[in-house]
Amino acid sequence: MTQGTPIPTRLVTDLGKDELAPRRRFGRRQIVGIVFGSIGIGLLGGIAPAITSETRAFAFEPPPDPLSLQFNPKTIVIVIGIVYLITAALSFLPAKYDRWSLIGQIVATALGIPLILAISLALSAAPETNVINLLDQSLILATPIALGAMTGLWCERSGIINIGIEGMMLGAAGVGFMTYAIMGAASSPGWLWIAILVAILAGGLLATLHAVLSIRYQINQIVSGVVINLFALGLTGFIRSEVIVPSGSSKGVPTADIALPILSKIPIIGDTLFTGRPLHFLMYLVVFLTWLVMFRTAWGLRVRSCGEKPHAAETLGINVIKIRYQAVILGGFIAGLAGAWFSMEAQAGFEDNMTNAAGFIALAAMIFGKWTPWGAFAGALLFGFARALGSRLQFLDVSIGDFGIPSEFFQMLPFLVTMIVVAGALGRAVAPAAEGQPYTPSK
Amino acid sequence: MTVVDGPVPVLDVRGVTKTFPGVIANEDIDLTLNQGEIHCLLGENGAGKSTLVNVIFGLYKPDKGTVKVRGEEVKFAGVGEAIEHGIGMVHQHFQLIPVFTVAENVILGDELTNGPFLSMNEARRRIRELEEQYGLIVDPDAKVGDLSVGEQQRVELVKALFREADILILDEPTAVLTPGEVDDFFAVVRSLVDQGKSIIFITHKLREVLAVADRITVLRNGRIAGTADPATATQQSLANLMVGRDVVFQVDKGEAHPGEVALRVEDLSVEDERSVMTVNGFSAEVRAGEIFGIAGVEGNGQRELVEAITGMRRKAGGTVEILGHNATKLTPRKIAELGTAHIPEDRNKHGLVGSYSVADNMVLNKYSQAPFARRWVRNTSAVHDEAEELVEQFDIRTPSVDVPIDTLSGGNQQKVIVARELTGDVDLLIVAQPTRGLDVGSIEYIHQQIIDRRDRGAAVLLVSAELDEILSLSDRIGVLYRGRLVGVFDGADATREELGYLMATGSTPDTEEVAS
Repeated sequence: MTQGTPIPTRLVTDLGKDELAPRRRFGRRQIVGIVFGSIGIGLLGGIAPAITSETRAFAFEPPPDPLSLQFNPKTIVIVIGIVYLITAALSFLPAKYDRWSLIGQIVATALGIPLILAISLALSAAPETNVINLLDQSLILATPIALGAMTGLWCERSGIINIGIEGMMLGAAGVGFMTYAIMGAASSPGWLWIAILVAILAGGLLATLHAVLSIRYQINQIVSGVVINLFALGLTGFIRSEVIVPSGSSKGVPTADIALPILSKIPIIGDTLFTGRPLHFLMYLVVFLTWLVMFRTAWGLRVRSCGEKPHAAETLGINVIKIRYQAVILGGFIAGLAGAWFSMEAQAGFEDNMTNAAGFIALAAMIFGKWTPWGAFAGALLFGFARALGSRLQFLDVSIGDFGIPSEFFQMLPFLVTMIVVAGALGRAVAPAAEGQPYTPSK
Repeated sequence: MTVVDGPVPVLDVRGVTKTFPGVIANEDIDLTLNQGEIHCLLGENGAGKSTLVNVIFGLYKPDKGTVKVRGEEVKFAGVGEAIEHGIGMVHQHFQLIPVFTVAENVILGDELTNGPFLSMNEARRRIRELEEQYGLIVDPDAKVGDLSVGEQQRVELVKALFREADILILDEPTAVLTPGEVDDFFAVVRSLVDQGKSIIFITHKLREVLAVADRITVLRNGRIAGTADPATATQQSLANLMVGRDVVFQVDKGEAHPGEVALRVEDLSVEDERSVMTVNGFSAEVRAGEIFGIAGVEGNGQRELVEAITGMRRKAGGTVEILGHNATKLTPRKIAELGTAHIPEDRNKHGLVGSYSVADNMVLNKYSQAPFARRWVRNTSAVHDEAEELVEQFDIRTPSVDVPIDTLSGGNQQKVIVARELTGDVDLLIVAQPTRGLDVGSIEYIHQQIIDRRDRGAAVLLVSAELDEILSLSDRIGVLYRGRLVGVFDGADATREELGYLMATGSTPDTEEVAS
């Protein structure tokens, strides 16, 4: 036993928590504040005086007699401009008000959507636009992105990088529709569901290939993903020209609309939002189940441990290799479902490269969501909204004077706002620590 | 052979041999552990302690030999089976997942479920029970990454206890603790033994062995070098057994003859990666011919301080003057050219290029100068000759100077850095954790080299988490607490207790506390 002075045991690793807390510095939060402030000044000084004060309307029901919200674009722009200035001011309060500044910036970001809509509507010739319909379109277009993001989550949370999501989706879309075309186009609608099942299995098969390459043979996971993408592109091109086209049924009947019980009876939104195609609704279920399984079950805990520190998992008797295989293949099934959406729900047919980079956008959504299911889902919604907005604005014919603003410009705006926020307010996303590192068990 | 009378040992290892390609890590090892005892396993790095316990724990399969648990022979196919047999291990490098909570870390692999779902409430309750039973208090909902090292260690113990382990293997558990925490830890270990657990305690710190062990087994080069009784053994006898020759403990050190100020740091502030000011108003002077030791619990700004002085990290404020030059804004290379040598804290990250040969690593600080390069062309034969000479001079054990340096042992890697940095003119030597993870023999050697440099007139700034190292080398000792010096002592007068208290609290005990 030690004699003399008792030595206290408090370890001093909590630096930065009390007296050494970061002083109010000029950091991310302030830069974002300045950006919002500048936008606010621009809105109040530049856009508000120039914009029409004629009444515009957001419609909430389909024509001919829609429920609509009348508004004056000028008022909206002024109000949002003031909110942005307040947000900027909040960013420069002392550090202990940091929470308020964060809330302000999140609110400011969310206001970006009505702002974009109001400005584009004010600049267009059309007096109203249907908001619920736009929302519905956003959700539909978010389907493959959200599913792809769940694929990415399962793989990366287990420690395997997957940039082959695109290829898994495309391969599944091609193989699934091929099954439908040659087996069932003419016969009962039940074949469509069998074809969808085949697509899911095809996604799982491609994921198995990725798993074997990157887990068993420890090939660089990026390379393995690229291989999957190239392989799927070539394979499906071959399938289309050599199997689907000759079969004579290159167009089929996609999944039919279903109306969710009870929910579809809700006034205004029910008819549009809760009546739709089955795979789209399945997507919500997949997101929910991904969250539930990953964060509330023993297996999910093990998957996450393998992505963070596989050696620690091994010392607790967990079979890292097995868990990684399971997670990657599960992800593949989800990618297969996304593929089926392309070729059997969005339309019934297969075109070369019809996934059109949705798999990569899914990865971006996953990273945007900081590797969490709900965050990734929010990311998918944002990307879906941007796409829906783009096509909507083409109809609205937005112009300043004689100069027609390309719809791509407005399509870009949601991303711009997001970039500012993700880079600034929300801070850095941290990937699973062991991601991309092959694992060799002890012997 | 006769069976010893008395109770069956809870663990009985017989004739275990384990080889890795080219290395015999364990050869014919016998080891027994009785119910309720602390059996210390002592040995230098690379003596085979970790291999042996990994065999016991089922991570490695032995080539030969048997392991019996409570009289029953076992052949574990994996860790899971070892855990089922009541063996728990606290690894030297904590096997915790920083982004998980304490409760998640504890239940991982042995989850409590309610139907298909995790039952975190039940887990919390069980963890709290264990914590109270053994005096290991940690908040089950805290994130492990936010905990101190000592708390993380408690989580590791709770993990093992949660799995109802009654044979606990503790692999170098005290390496990361402060002197005060070590005492606490020993109290916990004793309470575990009192409650019937049996413990294998691995360490290379002799002081601890004598304080805690019931029995001692010493390993050397993969074999059993001997056993000792803590009642009769001394630090000297154990060290000799460990190293295989007589070890000199007391560093031979003459009086310091301080000269000109070689390093002057004024009001230095440095931020870490998280923008926290971890060095905050640090001022100190180091004179030629003296060793100024900086003691402190790790994480109090040592790393940032050294990186700032050597030019590796931007300074948020203050000035650094090296050998009469203002070095506040100089690059590491410029600072080195002033006559500064730096032995960095993390040899693999900042001291060596692992895939380069020993020879290339020997000239990392002068590869572009004559004779090692002429204009843009390297002179590899000059590099080779220099390396051969230094390997000879510093007694570095390597098959040749052309092998990649990461094939060498830690001690030899560190010697390469020492050889490189201490060759040529050195007026200021900055040394961080110079003997971390090294064995007794290498430590002895490196300490001698540092003293030699001081005697030849260099100023030495020594940063170390090992209080013994600071005490035996330093002429003056400063205590770093939350980024500033909270006290400076004369090296000859300072005591462990005094320094330890200051390291942990940042203040000296007031009179009332001493009286009580």
